[in-house]
Amino acid sequence: MQRSLVWLTSIALLVAGTATVAAPLGLPPVPVPADNPQTAAKIKLGDKLYHDTRLSADGKVSCSTCHDEAKGFTDHLQVSKGFNGLTGTRNAPTVINAAYMTTLFWDGREPDLEGQSKQPPINPVEGGLANHDMLLEIVRQDPEYIKAFREVFGADAADISIDDVARAIASFERTIVAGDSPFDRYFYGGDPKAMTEAQVRGFALYTGKGRCVSCHRIEQTQALFTDNRFHNIGVGFKSIQGKEDETAAAFVKEKRAGANVDVTVLTQANMSELGRFAVTENITQVGAFKTPTLRNIAVTEPYMHDGSLKTLEEVVDFYNNGGRLKDTDPVSDFLSGGIRPLKLTDPEKKDLVAFLQALTSPEYAAQASK
Amino acid sequence: MSKTINRREFLKRGSALVAAGSLPLSLVEVAFGKAAGENFTFAYISDSHITHVKGSEFVRNWDRGLIRAVAEANLLDPRPDFIFYGGDIAQLGKAEEIDHGLEILGGLNGKVHYVMGEHDYYLDLGDYWKKQLGPDHYSFDHKGVHFVVLNSILTFDDWTNNKWPTAAERMHQMARLDNPQGSPFMVGDAQREWLKTDLEKVGKDTPVVVFSHSPIQKIHKGWNFWTDDAEQVQALLKPFDKVTVIYGHVHQIQYNQIGNISFHSAMATAWPWPYPSTYTQVQTWLPKLTVEMNRADPFFERDATGWQFINLHTGNVDMSYMLPDNSNRVVAFDTRAGKPVDTKYQAVANRIPPQTHY
Repeated sequence: MQRSLVWLTSIALLVAGTATVAAPLGLPPVPVPADNPQTAAKIKLGDKLYHDTRLSADGKVSCSTCHDEAKGFTDHLQVSKGFNGLTGTRNAPTVINAAYMTTLFWDGREPDLEGQSKQPPINPVEGGLANHDMLLEIVRQDPEYIKAFREVFGADAADISIDDVARAIASFERTIVAGDSPFDRYFYGGDPKAMTEAQVRGFALYTGKGRCVSCHRIEQTQALFTDNRFHNIGVGFKSIQGKEDETAAAFVKEKRAGANVDVTVLTQANMSELGRFAVTENITQVGAFKTPTLRNIAVTEPYMHDGSLKTLEEVVDFYNNGGRLKDTDPVSDFLSGGIRPLKLTDPEKKDLVAFLQALTSPEYAAQASK
Repeated sequence: MSKTINRREFLKRGSALVAAGSLPLSLVEVAFGKAAGENFTFAYISDSHITHVKGSEFVRNWDRGLIRAVAEANLLDPRPDFIFYGGDIAQLGKAEEIDHGLEILGGLNGKVHYVMGEHDYYLDLGDYWKKQLGPDHYSFDHKGVHFVVLNSILTFDDWTNNKWPTAAERMHQMARLDNPQGSPFMVGDAQREWLKTDLEKVGKDTPVVVFSHSPIQKIHKGWNFWTDDAEQVQALLKPFDKVTVIYGHVHQIQYNQIGNISFHSAMATAWPWPYPSTYTQVQTWLPKLTVEMNRADPFFERDATGWQFINLHTGNVDMSYMLPDNSNRVVAFDTRAGKPVDTKYQAVANRIPPQTHY
């Protein structure tokens, strides 16, 4: 019941118009592609598809398996589990506010939610279907889906396409937006009491000595907490350290031979660590991954593209040591020029964590206190 | 709709569209030199300015720049035939700095050729550098191309030998910009005589590539973006059909064409310099062909630094600038125009505007 109320509110926001309706405090209006306008029926259809476990090889995996509303739209696993318990290489990013991302997946290999949503059902360690036709067969035989697709897309059962499926799921995901955190009420709402003293001190560190804001951006009127860019911050490189050349060469060879990047990076641990390079083949982007939003970060543990950091305390230590958990660990040769030791004191580290806990939206506050 | 598809296709086919500016991994087939079938490539790293603090401590930022360039250059596939290092390994010419820099450069897979920079030279007049790396001017032939390395950062004997109380003071003076006590760089009579003799045995249709630390052209005297006897060196190169001069020192992208000679600069791995044209106190002669980079984001210490991957085809140079945290660029020889041009940003409308929000 509570969930549907949230959805209804979001639907009202979006359907009324894409650019003029007020978004949650601290967020800009949700960008909606011109060729996929939001409608209540389409969102409802997307909701059903998003939660439909039948659309997988073992009939047990849906979008919500790894992007579970009860877990901040993540799965709280280091790396996600697909059909038959198979694991991939990457930590499930939250769907909350994914609507604002200019690229999707940790390496940005898809430009929008529509493109993103088509990949997992047919990835061999996620949904596990051999192809999209297997998914469409199920959809085309379900009377509820037939009715809904006719209403939303005007499509007969036989004409239901994977692009329509993707549009519906993306429309649903564009309703999963959340702002109005204590930070938003403090910074945009003008309420000086919205954050604790420790959080206020942490905010100063976030924009100052901690250097966080340069990538996890806060603007004058809204904050996405991402720059939508790709950086090598030193996560996950150890498995290919000293073998970057052969790993990159082998990857490119496979790609030239027709290998699917989505499959390769989720099934081959070494190649996964090539990051953005896998998409662009730009050697200045080896090991670079997308800057995730920090909104609701307190409910989306564990962290980083490989889920290698368990707590926010570990994340702060990682940055404080200049891209490594312990100051005796090796540093990636490909490390971004933005990453360097921060020399934060222990009280400062605590304040910074406190600030990160001020980014939780009311919808997910109960999850944070668990 | 078409916009969405275009963007998706762009993301997926990004490699095809930006291949020239990124790693042409596994795809490089460079037709080069006179002998058919002898294709090759090389990489160029420069201006690391490794700075000793004390004991085993060095300035981290400059270390990281060189470490990253070495790591990235090692990904080139097929392997470059060799790598050039364009000078200024060290900041103040100290043996510790040269040793530390060479240790990092030791990670490069492949043969490295070195050019002397003024920061390597003016403490001990290049003694330690030469002890480690050999002569400061030399030439060699490779697959039909004649390569020449010059030490272009010499200056008047009197300034070098008689003006300063200590070697360290001399180094510090030469390291300063806009220094009224400074002195212009030059190749000098002895090396020009050597060059003249060296070139006598080279056929005029052999492509010639010259490496120097300072530009063998006159751009900005106050920062020694300058070689005082540039015209005399150019005159020695004039009889050849195709000549390219590649230099470091300026920490920015520059390119130019003077007669038969193409000029290309290299990025530093350490830090970027502003363009003289943006430095309004003095008149500037920055070559008009140069498209200046967008302003660096100071948060990303590697922004506006980088290194180069070089294709020589038909004897002319295409410079691929590898620019972390920025957009890679390619300055290629345009055979119709007879000069190097930026392949993407030459037209004013295509340029990336400088950042304005700070």
